[in-house]
Amino acid sequence: MQDTPFELGGLKFHSRLIVGTGKYRDFAETRAAVEASGAEIVTVAVRRVNITDRGRENLLDYLDPKRYQILPNTAGCFTADEAIRTCHLAREVGVGELVKLEVIGDNQTLFPDVAATIEAARVLVKEGFKVMPYVTDDPVTCLRLQEIGCVAVMPLAAPIGSGLGIRNPFNLAIIVEQAKVPVIVDAGVGTASDAAEAMEFGCDGVLMNTAIAGAKDPIAMARAMKLAVEAGRLAYLAGRIERKLYATASSPLTGLIR
Amino acid sequence: MPDVSPTSITLNGDPYPIHADLPLTALLERLNMRRSRVAVEINLQIVPKARYEETIVRAGDKVEIINFVGGG
Repeated sequence: MQDTPFELGGLKFHSRLIVGTGKYRDFAETRAAVEASGAEIVTVAVRRVNITDRGRENLLDYLDPKRYQILPNTAGCFTADEAIRTCHLAREVGVGELVKLEVIGDNQTLFPDVAATIEAARVLVKEGFKVMPYVTDDPVTCLRLQEIGCVAVMPLAAPIGSGLGIRNPFNLAIIVEQAKVPVIVDAGVGTASDAAEAMEFGCDGVLMNTAIAGAKDPIAMARAMKLAVEAGRLAYLAGRIERKLYATASSPLTGLIR
Repeated sequence: MPDVSPTSITLNGDPYPIHADLPLTALLERLNMRRSRVAVEINLQIVPKARYEETIVRAGDKVEIINFVGGG
């Protein structure tokens, strides 16, 4: 079965797995994990350069922007203004208009500040950014962000880094049904079955970082996630059977040896 | 007190000495930073890459230089 390309803000991709680049031991491990994941889009954070350690290598030396779509995030921003400023700086590095918008509302849960996220999205879309907002798994918020002109909506499965998996599958199903833009589950995935489950629901992609970087063997987990996203997508396209309460025999009921 | 006090800018939140106004390109060179890897903001204004040559960093300027790091 042939899948259609994954379209995001006018760009086409084959892989439906987007991976983060945080929490790895070093850049070499980051690169190895990204390669094993098969991801074509990688998220990065925007931070002040280290002035005192000038010999330091740069992440982009390990992840060639010609090969990977770099997706800068606004992690750590608590207001719309901070997030907008971060996007302006990220765009000036010169890796395109795609940004992962996150405006955090609470330090303990890292749940998004929905009002500030919508406010920032409105400004950034007007300025020509291709905005991919990290949001709560709330169908109405996802609708609003879609109306504003975001190129995708990215509801969380569970709190960032929690590994709890999809906490609200029915909301996610509603979001998928209503969406005219790609739905990407962002945050909360713990293991391969979580990623497969998201794809089986009809999500267009999955974004994760900790589930891979925090695994005992990140490279092996990266490959597991690649396979899980592919398997889940294929199962979705193939169309699963209906759930039934009682058994239906798989073997013929005729020609039995009596 | 020296009779000529050194001038300085605020670079990424910390004081950073400069001996005189200098072109942004010279500052980046001194810091060993490639322009393809960074973005620069001076006094909250983004400096487009095309204007690096003509941009002069002056005493008292608040300069931010950012790059990409690992993140999710």
